Amino acid sequence: MQTRLAESWSRLPRTIQIILVIALVILLPFAIDIIERATNFGLLTQINRALIYVVLALGLNIVVGFAGLLDLGYAAFFAIGAYTFGVLTWPSHDIEASFFIAVWICAAVAAFFGILVGAPTLRLRGDYLAIVTLAFGEIIPTLVRNLKDLTNGSQGMTPLGRPNFGFFENTFALEPGSLSVGVDPHFWFYVIVITAVIVLFASRRLDNSRLGRAWKAIREDETAADFMGVDPIRTKLLAFAIGASFSGLAGAVFASMLGAIFPELFRFQVSIFLLIIVILSGIGSVYGVLLGGLIISTFDGVFLAQILPGIFPKIDIQSLRWVFFGIGLIFIMIFRPQGLFPRKSKGRRIDPDTAEEVGVMQSEVAK
Amino acid sequence: MTQILLEATGVSRRFGGLVAVDKLDYTLENNTIASIIGPNGAGKTTFFNVITGFYKPSSGTLLFEGREIGGMRPNRLTQIGLARTFQTIRLFGNLTALENVLIGMHHRLKAGWFGSILKPQWVLDEEQQAQKEAMELLKYVGLDSYEEVFAQSLPYGMQRRLEIARALATHPKLLLLDEPTAGMNPNETRDMIGFIRRLRDDRGLTILLIEHDMQVVMNISDKVTVLDYGQKIAEGLPIEIQRNERVIEAYLGKRALEFLKNG
Repeated sequence: MQTRLAESWSRLPRTIQIILVIALVILLPFAIDIIERATNFGLLTQINRALIYVVLALGLNIVVGFAGLLDLGYAAFFAIGAYTFGVLTWPSHDIEASFFIAVWICAAVAAFFGILVGAPTLRLRGDYLAIVTLAFGEIIPTLVRNLKDLTNGSQGMTPLGRPNFGFFENTFALEPGSLSVGVDPHFWFYVIVITAVIVLFASRRLDNSRLGRAWKAIREDETAADFMGVDPIRTKLLAFAIGASFSGLAGAVFASMLGAIFPELFRFQVSIFLLIIVILSGIGSVYGVLLGGLIISTFDGVFLAQILPGIFPKIDIQSLRWVFFGIGLIFIMIFRPQGLFPRKSKGRRIDPDTAEEVGVMQSEVAK
Repeated sequence: MTQILLEATGVSRRFGGLVAVDKLDYTLENNTIASIIGPNGAGKTTFFNVITGFYKPSSGTLLFEGREIGGMRPNRLTQIGLARTFQTIRLFGNLTALENVLIGMHHRLKAGWFGSILKPQWVLDEEQQAQKEAMELLKYVGLDSYEEVFAQSLPYGMQRRLEIARALATHPKLLLLDEPTAGMNPNETRDMIGFIRRLRDDRGLTILLIEHDMQVVMNISDKVTVLDYGQKIAEGLPIEIQRNERVIEAYLGKRALEFLKNG
């Protein structure tokens, strides 16, 4: 059944596939509405949150999956993106930049910080890099708490800018404010899907590119890559910067969606949660991280946070949250170390012992 | 007129108190095959590592095409025309054979992060051209039809050839081979000798190799240099080296030399 479905899907022309996927995405929130009404669970907001995590995980996947750099402070870039958005749009700062401009600035600022952290530290390898990034992940929230003039400290910033469609309203002579978005999860679903599609597209393209190849070479053997003409520092910096920019973009959208940000939103646990998504889904696998990120975050936000407490009202499930992920990690490491949805590579393996030797060199030498 | 491609003057490399390479003078002419031999620990691989930028020379000057290269980063040296293989094979195991060769072309391709994401026509053309050239190189080393195989699952002999193909992809002027026939059977070794010759004759490369197999060294070298304790103890044509007393002594010891002399 499953294979037949996949077969008939792959037989469809590309444009039809795309139209079907778009139609599905547009209709999905309404289908979720129906489920929400039937079950009383908050689904759509959780799916929005899951999609934000997917964007973040795709960025982390570039750093950890493609380039093989263990980054334990990735949430710092998420925070930088969110707080840049805060600084740019918080009314008290009197900048109030447009959402559509601010998100790109946030991505660029996060990328800049990626380079700032990477430049001195990417000379380190393995464990040392992990420790430095871990420290960076702790420094940023502390900085945010103490830079009170800029970030309003631990009180957080609220309200924040939201997408303004005044331009459309004027163009089509609509009533002012009729396209105001507020916290409506349906609207945010579409915004986040568009963000995710951009990031997914970039990830896919990078995966099969000169740069992606260089990242993987560095992951496999940094010294050999250096000897083959790949500048390791520059290449690793690019991984850090691009990964950080995805995170900055996610942070900006996240901040705008919530309308309020606090230092506590970007704790160390966020970095770990993202790392868990990447590892459980399949390191280096773009579609794997997409699927895995959706499943794991929804599992976390719906099953662990809403369904289980309903079944076991006496047990504090939230405090056991990390136990579930810990067990999941152990099981994956034992039974499926490549992850749930590993990257399907074009390559194949041959058995070195029985491989037929090709005779080109022999024959040419013989003459 | 022969041109000097590589010239080392008084190159030393010290590790703390240990002098691995000791004031070495060395010249390498264009389009030749030269070998460096010597007992274990003589400083051969260290000298290789100094030439290819893995170590900085502690002292001395190193000129490549008349240009000082001492202390340059390996990737810079690759860009100006030095390529190497490793004593223990260092392929990118989880990349395919084709991808391994494409990495060798990395520094000649231009697509940056922006081009990699947007893939305009010139990037697609460049990539296609690179793939074509990589396939030709794989064919040249006898690995056509293996382009999609992961490097780590290739048999040993093929891995050696893939490593050379990857080095050739960088378009080197000087190719440094660190024990290219290590672990090969006599047939494979004979193929490799022919192959190295063709690299010089067809492609006009200059080749510097470290080798333990005397059959290989004496067979293909235009010049043999013998190191012992980081110093050059002999240099010349293979035939001269074979008869050199200091070389025999370094390899076999003083008593063996006396034994050979007196019968």
